[in-house]
Amino acid sequence: MSYFSRRKLVTTGLAVAAGAGGLAVADRVARRYGLIPPDHGGFYGPGETLDYAAQRILTRHSLAREFPRTMISQTPFANAIAPPSDAFKRLQAGGFSDWRLAVDGMVARPGSFSLSDLRSLPVHSQITEVVCEEGWSYIAEWIGTPLHEVLKEVGTLPQARYVAYFSIERDWWDSIDMADALHPQTFLTMGMNDGDLPVGFGGPLRLRVPRQLGYKSVKYVARLTVTDSVKRFGKGLGSAAPEGGYAWYAGI
Amino acid sequence: MRVTHWITVIAFFALLISGGEIVISHPRFYWGETGNVAMHPLFTIPIPSSRGTVPTGYSFEMPDANGWSRYLHFQAAWVLVLTGLVYGIASLWTGHFRMNLFPAKADRTWRAFRDVITKYLRRAALGEAESHSYNAVQRFAYVAVIFVLFPLVIWTGLALSPAFDSAFPIAVDALGGRQSARTLHFFVTGFLVLFLVVHVAMVYLSGFKSRMRAMITGRDGAPGENL
Repeated sequence: MSYFSRRKLVTTGLAVAAGAGGLAVADRVARRYGLIPPDHGGFYGPGETLDYAAQRILTRHSLAREFPRTMISQTPFANAIAPPSDAFKRLQAGGFSDWRLAVDGMVARPGSFSLSDLRSLPVHSQITEVVCEEGWSYIAEWIGTPLHEVLKEVGTLPQARYVAYFSIERDWWDSIDMADALHPQTFLTMGMNDGDLPVGFGGPLRLRVPRQLGYKSVKYVARLTVTDSVKRFGKGLGSAAPEGGYAWYAGI
Repeated sequence: MRVTHWITVIAFFALLISGGEIVISHPRFYWGETGNVAMHPLFTIPIPSSRGTVPTGYSFEMPDANGWSRYLHFQAAWVLVLTGLVYGIASLWTGHFRMNLFPAKADRTWRAFRDVITKYLRRAALGEAESHSYNAVQRFAYVAVIFVLFPLVIWTGLALSPAFDSAFPIAVDALGGRQSARTLHFFVTGFLVLFLVVHVAMVYLSGFKSRMRAMITGRDGAPGENL
């Protein structure tokens, strides 16, 4: 056993002990500062947790890149969607005048907003890129009400940690942490390129989260729930994505 | 030190397989900021896709494997980067870069390069010294992989993260846009695979058993031994 000198054994032992101690401290710090994603379990949990924690340390307040008007894509691509439900078709027939966004959960004044209610709140626009996890992308101008304006309207309680959002279509929902929910570029989007948001692109109402991949920008949003834990939604993984094998955090 | 090599091997294969799976979901590459099926690709890989929205000429779709592929890709990337950090710090500490990798002054010439390549082509015996240290061409290849290709593949990969780009827009803008970064990520991977093929071929040609023993245990065979 000449491979292992005493010195090597001692230094290896110390390194392992320091590593284990470091992990325990990192775990406590991560929990304290909310750096653990809902889908932190399982084989890929460590990678997902490192992604989310690193991004939250680096990018908590950073703004997604905005582009000049000349870079707006001439041929944006509306990804394939399942045929709309009857509920959607009924609302579409009425020109979406009966569309409602219900807001509930940890808020002082739960309520429901029509599209014109949303338009009466401050409306902003941004020219940002939609990036699909598959690899393709396009740039468009997005017009809508920042989510934080709606959250201010309903009075988010201080213990809120996530906003879960639900499409009118079945099994289509997701959630974001408060860093993304209060982010100035997270829009309840109603317009695209100076017109109404087309149905193919998520109209009449899509939650755009431009610092994350396209699948976080759920189309046909009809309900928001402010919560301190996503455990009670679906399988408790924070969105429908991890249930289908995809990561909850999609900023990467 | 040798452990970092083998961890890198595992992480690299995980990245290669998962990266390939992700490409299957959109086997088209573009240049510039944006690119999608309604735009002209720079080039297309003639394989079927796991998405029905991509025109491939094939009548069938591959199964969607992006979920676990993306999880695995990023997890393996962390393993690779952290292992690389350990390797880099240890190499500076022990002088591995200076002694074993950076070419000696006399070898930083085309002549030294040519000599080694001529030797390879003639399949001449490489001499006693070469079974214990790297020649000029090997040193160039290793330095290029460690200090150029790996940093580039990490950079072009990070540039594909929309959140990372929000904090460091220069990371993607300097590459000419998001789709350019994706295409470069693909090409740099190609160079790394090319290195891998030559590297494995060389190990095989120089005596698989004795090289493997050296790469795993750090012990060289007796001089001249080439089992």
